[in-house]
Amino acid sequence: MNILDPQGPVAAAEKVILIDSIAIMLAIVLPTIAAIFAFAYWFRHSNPRAFYWPDWEYSGRLELVVWSIPALTVILLGGVAWIGAHQLDPARPVQGTGPGVTVQVVSLDWKWLFIYPDQRVASLNSLTVPIGSPLHLQLTSGSVMNVFFIPSLGSMIYTMNGMVTRLELRADEVGDLQGLSAHFSGDGFPDMLFDVHVVSQTQFDDWASGASKSSQALDRKTYGELIKQSVPKDKPVYNLTDPLLFHDIATQMIPPGPGPELTTNLARPKADTGGGGKDAR
Amino acid sequence: MLGKLTWAAIPFDQPIPLITGALVLVILLGVIAWIVIAGHLPYLWREWITSVDHKRIGVMYTLLACVMLLRGFADAIMMRGQQALAFHSQGFLPPEHYNQIFSAHGTIMIFFVAMPFVIGLMNLVVPLQLGVRDVAFPTLNSVGFWLTATGALLVNISLVVGEFARTGWLPYPPLSELTYSPGVGVDYYLWSLQISGVGTLVAGINLVTTVLKLRTRGMDYLRMPMFCWTTLASNLLIVAAFPILTATLAMLILDRYFGFHFFTNEAGGNMMMFMNLIWAWGHPEVYILVLPAFGIFSEVVATFSGKPLFGYRSMVLATMAICVISFMVWLHHFFTMGAGADVNAIFGIASMIIAIPTGVKIYNWLFTMFGGRVRFATPMLWSMGFMVTFILGGLTGVLVAVPPADFLLHNSLFLVAHFHNVIIGGVLFGAFAGYTYWFPKAFGFRLHEGWGKAAFWLWLIGFYVAFMPLYAVGFLGMTRRMQHYDVAEWRPWLMIASIGAGIILAGIVCQIVQLVVSIRDRAELRDVTGDPWDGRSLEWATASPPPVFNFAVTPEVEGPDAYWETKREARRNGTATAEPAYRDIEMPRNSPTGFVCAFFATIMGFALIWHIWWMVLLGGIGAFATFVVFAWRDHDEFVVPATEVARIDRAWREGRAGAGTAIGSLS
Repeated sequence: MNILDPQGPVAAAEKVILIDSIAIMLAIVLPTIAAIFAFAYWFRHSNPRAFYWPDWEYSGRLELVVWSIPALTVILLGGVAWIGAHQLDPARPVQGTGPGVTVQVVSLDWKWLFIYPDQRVASLNSLTVPIGSPLHLQLTSGSVMNVFFIPSLGSMIYTMNGMVTRLELRADEVGDLQGLSAHFSGDGFPDMLFDVHVVSQTQFDDWASGASKSSQALDRKTYGELIKQSVPKDKPVYNLTDPLLFHDIATQMIPPGPGPELTTNLARPKADTGGGGKDAR
Repeated sequence: MLGKLTWAAIPFDQPIPLITGALVLVILLGVIAWIVIAGHLPYLWREWITSVDHKRIGVMYTLLACVMLLRGFADAIMMRGQQALAFHSQGFLPPEHYNQIFSAHGTIMIFFVAMPFVIGLMNLVVPLQLGVRDVAFPTLNSVGFWLTATGALLVNISLVVGEFARTGWLPYPPLSELTYSPGVGVDYYLWSLQISGVGTLVAGINLVTTVLKLRTRGMDYLRMPMFCWTTLASNLLIVAAFPILTATLAMLILDRYFGFHFFTNEAGGNMMMFMNLIWAWGHPEVYILVLPAFGIFSEVVATFSGKPLFGYRSMVLATMAICVISFMVWLHHFFTMGAGADVNAIFGIASMIIAIPTGVKIYNWLFTMFGGRVRFATPMLWSMGFMVTFILGGLTGVLVAVPPADFLLHNSLFLVAHFHNVIIGGVLFGAFAGYTYWFPKAFGFRLHEGWGKAAFWLWLIGFYVAFMPLYAVGFLGMTRRMQHYDVAEWRPWLMIASIGAGIILAGIVCQIVQLVVSIRDRAELRDVTGDPWDGRSLEWATASPPPVFNFAVTPEVEGPDAYWETKREARRNGTATAEPAYRDIEMPRNSPTGFVCAFFATIMGFALIWHIWWMVLLGGIGAFATFVVFAWRDHDEFVVPATEVARIDRAWREGRAGAGTAIGSLS
């Protein structure tokens, strides 16, 4: 999950900007901190060698310097921010081998549903992607807001009900990564972790064709179960039988999740965080 | 009859809040019983509860902040403990409890610690610095304080009756909507902030009017101490920003109580609207808190360097620039919501621009020390600690203002470390500097230096041990508000952070000991001169504590650093200021309006939370009736006769002469 150990071009570029920005700022911050200590030490009350200017309160030249240092730094960093914000706009396509894979991501209470419309498959809490291929992510939420984030691949993005956000990523190393929700979404929020399997193109094709033969079909009925608040134990794959499912979620043709089941105690309703996940610990 | 309120609201199954609540209740009842039995109640009622004296109200604000700091810190140490333990386990706090704790921690620390602390200090000091007898609206001031106290009380009631919000300190919909948060937690949040928000707004109006309209003769804008300028800027922001908060929360209330659809998923509601509105208040709020702290540091650094503030006009310009720009940066709180590159870039750069005036301030404090004689008393130590810590906080702040960096760090523990870096290192250190600096002014004796220094070092070290690991764990991808986690690399950092919280606890203990020791040794720590630090501005030109009328004769100001110049003049001429011609002074009468109003507001707030409609009506009518009674009052002032003024002023002059200070030895 280390963002300083990127596994894709987006995260790598963002890491460079992060490090550069810190370096630019340290160049003025460190001398300033040193000056604070030096001035305070030298002009300590008990130092007889230090001069005392009890009325010195203005120097036009110093004022110019004082305004210029932060201003120049900000101009430099502002350039970094402007270029970076455009080059790394989450919706900006990323180059890669082949046309890429489209994944429709739905955040639910408290799990992630990944729908592959082209492969006609779907998976829960487990994202399988081919190496080097552009990933076109379309994201929405089936209930409250969440943030989709794979720290090793970079750029997080909000998921919101009734809206679709876009994110373009690419994974460059075969292996297993982890993703999470980066926005608090209720009692089961810390369990909204998901696996990211970066595999070769052939392995991806095998995985997809295997998933399409899954006995579990993803349609409105299955989704109706998923939308209830729970923390799932398993990471099933589905055969997507309703290709318009994501569209219907995003356009609210399927109403958003029902929230906690109401109990008789209106004062302190206890949410069920999905006994399974909890007991397993 | 009692709406949603039943016995099930009391958390009999949760030992932590139940025992804490019971303990607090016992202590509270004990204190009340002691006050009544020992016969202190009439004194408290007459001199404090109904007081409209800005100094007393300032002290009460500060006291409220200190008490709530203990509550907020208890939450903090539980959170750090939970995250240190909850690796592959549930820790000791179940999610429904942990989620309340982090929500309450943020809400309390911002609204009921930082806000009352800075408003308290502004109340105490600003009229004195301006050389006037009181604030513009003394009774309104009292109303503002008591309504803030109402909010704090409601938040604490939620500990044992019902629950607090489980949504974070800003209740983002749709999670905070009735569908996903059907309990009373969010309602507790909403009504405590609505009621205390009214209190904050009237405090803001009051202080803006005071600075604009009530300066003593000769106190031009560019002769005002820097703290008055930052007070003006901060309160202008309050007046401009708090109505946004009130309106936003009102919309959420309409959603929750009347089925409106401002922010819901369904029926055209838009949660992004909430985020924009809440941060249109929330970002100025940050500057509402930190600007007064900047003012405090300006006073402290100048005083303890024995020099005027370097680049005063630059500082004024920087303060007002921050005041204006702070309204134009709110979007940086959600760069990752999918706005376009242009929008993100513009708001990112606007956010960085705030760093320019802030950086200028740092350099001006630096050059204030240059050529000075720096005395490292406790307030100066806090200021030094602030300068170094705040620069680091500023660095990480500018870093997350770079949109691509924020795409990696948004909502992470890096962000948590950043805003604690600026709020603890900026606001809280400033509040502690001001507390130590002006304590002798408020009470007539200094705080114990040794314990104060111990507290400072423990806080400083504790802060770094607690929050530097959070920066690191943010780089490891850890997001905020996790009740448990399974990632092994995070754990050591979280363990270290919890040790830091322990060190801060030791710092807080030192502060409590310091207060107790100082009260015990008050005779030795007595300040008879009114000017214990060799100060520069007018609050030091009167006794400590100042008489109710502040100044026997309101001073006339001929330049900046008014009191410093007076002292220098006296030294040069070899004559002290002559005894003035004393006159009768009219002062506002004490009024129970604030307390009674807040009493009814508490009833109304509680009833609204629990849907007890008859009680809502009762509280509302009561509060309105209180206002009507106050509005129709006949006598609102009393006269301090000239002889009494003379007696009080001469006593101070004699004490000052006896102490042999620069000015006193000459009189």
